[in-house]
Amino acid sequence: MNAQLERLLLTGPLLIAAAWLLAGCERPPVQSTQQGYRGTGMVQIDNPRIKAAQAAARPAVPPDAPPLPVAGPKARDVFQNVKVLGDLPVPEFTRHMAAITQWVAPEQGCNYCHNPDNLADDSKYQKVVSRRMLEMTQHLNADWGAHVGATGVTCYTCHRGQPQPAKVWFTAAPGKRSQWGSMLGNDFGQNHPNIGLTSMHVDPFTDLLLGQEPIRVAGPAALPNTAYKMPIQSAEKTYALMMHFSEALGVNCTFCHNTHSFAAWDSPPQRVTAWHGIRMARDLNNAYLVPLTNTFPKDRLGPTGDAAKVYCATCHQGQNKPLGGQAMAALYAGLTKVAAAAGAAPALPPPEDGPTKSVLFFGVGSADLLGEQAKGLAQLIVTMTEKKATVATISGYHSAAGTLAANQELAKQRAFAVRDALLAAGIAEARVKLEKPQQTGANVAGEDPAARRVEVTLR
Amino acid sequence: MAQYQNLFTRVQPVGPAYMGVELPAGNAPRTGRQPMFLYWLGWLGNAQIGPVYLGPLGLMALILGTLSINIMGFNMLAQVNWDPIEFVRQLPWLALEPPKPEYGLRLPPMNEGGWWLLSGGLLTASILLWWLRTYVRARALGLGTHVAWAFASAIWLFLVLGFFRPIAMGSWSEGVPFGIFPHLDWTAAFSLRYGNLFYNPFHALSIAFLYGSTLLFAMHGATILAVSRYGGDREIDQIVDRGTASERAALFWRWTMGWNATTESIHRWAWWFAVLCPLAGGIGILLSGTVVDNWYLWSVKHGVAPSYPNVFGDVVDPATLMAAPPAAPIGAKP
Repeated sequence: MNAQLERLLLTGPLLIAAAWLLAGCERPPVQSTQQGYRGTGMVQIDNPRIKAAQAAARPAVPPDAPPLPVAGPKARDVFQNVKVLGDLPVPEFTRHMAAITQWVAPEQGCNYCHNPDNLADDSKYQKVVSRRMLEMTQHLNADWGAHVGATGVTCYTCHRGQPQPAKVWFTAAPGKRSQWGSMLGNDFGQNHPNIGLTSMHVDPFTDLLLGQEPIRVAGPAALPNTAYKMPIQSAEKTYALMMHFSEALGVNCTFCHNTHSFAAWDSPPQRVTAWHGIRMARDLNNAYLVPLTNTFPKDRLGPTGDAAKVYCATCHQGQNKPLGGQAMAALYAGLTKVAAAAGAAPALPPPEDGPTKSVLFFGVGSADLLGEQAKGLAQLIVTMTEKKATVATISGYHSAAGTLAANQELAKQRAFAVRDALLAAGIAEARVKLEKPQQTGANVAGEDPAARRVEVTLR
Repeated sequence: MAQYQNLFTRVQPVGPAYMGVELPAGNAPRTGRQPMFLYWLGWLGNAQIGPVYLGPLGLMALILGTLSINIMGFNMLAQVNWDPIEFVRQLPWLALEPPKPEYGLRLPPMNEGGWWLLSGGLLTASILLWWLRTYVRARALGLGTHVAWAFASAIWLFLVLGFFRPIAMGSWSEGVPFGIFPHLDWTAAFSLRYGNLFYNPFHALSIAFLYGSTLLFAMHGATILAVSRYGGDREIDQIVDRGTASERAALFWRWTMGWNATTESIHRWAWWFAVLCPLAGGIGILLSGTVVDNWYLWSVKHGVAPSYPNVFGDVVDPATLMAAPPAAPIGAKP
């Protein structure tokens, strides 16, 4: 074999292998911006070409019509069934409706939510959902300034001209089971490419952005403490969530964290904003999105029958400030003030307390007798202590929002809480009867505080 | 001779197959009567393949190892619902995971981590048998047992990760998943959980030996290639009978850095650096969670971690505050 051919045979495959290995790399140069003290690796790394391509792919923000003079009759006095934006003057209300159409359903138009024959009709689920989403937006802008700042959010922040926001999450379905049944192949909810290129939890969100599992995993002290058990699996779950942060915001770890200790708080101030963001996502998922589960049609639910939920990417969509920090909310008074009629987390009604019947109300998803409600049984206990023959019948009710099985369990727990309160007051167990949980169908929109109740009747 | 100046092998001497020395009494016969010659293999090393000495230790190690890898593989295959294409596509992500924390050191059901324990046990047995094989084969050839002890250092790290530390922590869940990316992600999560391994002095030592190994390897490899034109590749001869190649190599380093290793001692340097890398690393892993829970805080406590000027202003852990500070109203100018 002559030397030239040999060289060709050797270098050819080497070049192909090198090209294959480098195919996943970004073309240099990348931009490195110093963010912290010199020499500590506190830099933000961006690839300007990739950023430019992402910016070009983003649709243009629809133009805002200027606010109209605050005059004229209020929307609630002119139109029927205006529950959230009723305080707006009619021209402003109409401008809001037009903007929302542009933000959410530009192709489908008004009829995406409204029945064209009767705009006040609530029969379309889209209208029920969007009303709740308006309340959510108001709540966000009014109560979550720690995260959304003075910029605030509008429908467009998430929707971007689509009826369904592009970035939402559902609880992951458990891994498929083969014909081998449950003998093999438990992946522990991990180890499939999902968040970035990691092989960690496919769904860290259910536990961390819906549930309240701790996100902080690093040891709290230098030396071990038997009371602090934090398995490595929790660290992997947190890491998966953090990779989502990084992916959703298009930033490195050092955007929020310092390089010497991810736990220590001598870190960039963005970390405080992110901390509030975590709480915000939990609040929105639990108070607004999960309760809409039964409002959505089946084909809009996830693999486990759950409603779409929010995480960082829902608003951020690759930018550390959604829409590059463009402030749209300030132009829409209806999105920034919580309307009096629709408090985001309505206070519980006072307990109804009488000699033969008590009604006690509970918080969303809660079976705890709190505050005033805890005292609401007083009159009943007095009656039962005086009249030894009376029997109390306890019925738990739940609202229409959420899954039926979970709700029935909740209604049962609520009834148990009241029974335990009666037993604790010295009433004999034989005199307390429990009835089957019942659903109140009164409110299709989901959360009605009057629906989450326990009734105690004396016979 | 000039051919040896190249960084790549340019010369392939081809001769009759070498069947090896006579085996001591009681040894099994070697496997493979007719050795194979591969020209392409000659680019990287010796072109001759076989005969191989398998023996009972090698056979058992291979059987147990194959069983172990099959348990991992079939679990991964089941995770992608027995789809061979998905198996190939997702292979770098797939893993056999250790049991969940709630099982502690008890035996979990097979699909709750039992397979991990079985697979890990078989793999450990296979590796230990293979270690014994390196020891016995070295003795059979009348060699020192340096390779076996270097291998033992790697086995120490393997056993710390999957056996000693989980037992010390009281839970098999502390073990490492068997998978390509999963074991790397495990490592990253381990560092996060124990407050940044960067501040673990044994981790630092291990890295020093790792990088030191590569440096020594490069220096030594380059030196021998450079003096091979004077017969420097006959290193072992030159230990006892120093020739011009050794003299020149020694002079090169003495001239450039003032001091030189000898033909013999450079191999001790390399051996110790390589052995100390997993040895120190294993100690660092074993101490994490058992003796030290947060290496960063431990370093602060002992004045090891430097403190940097505060360039971020007052950033306070919001979890320590009663309420969020009032935010600017929507539309307010910053």
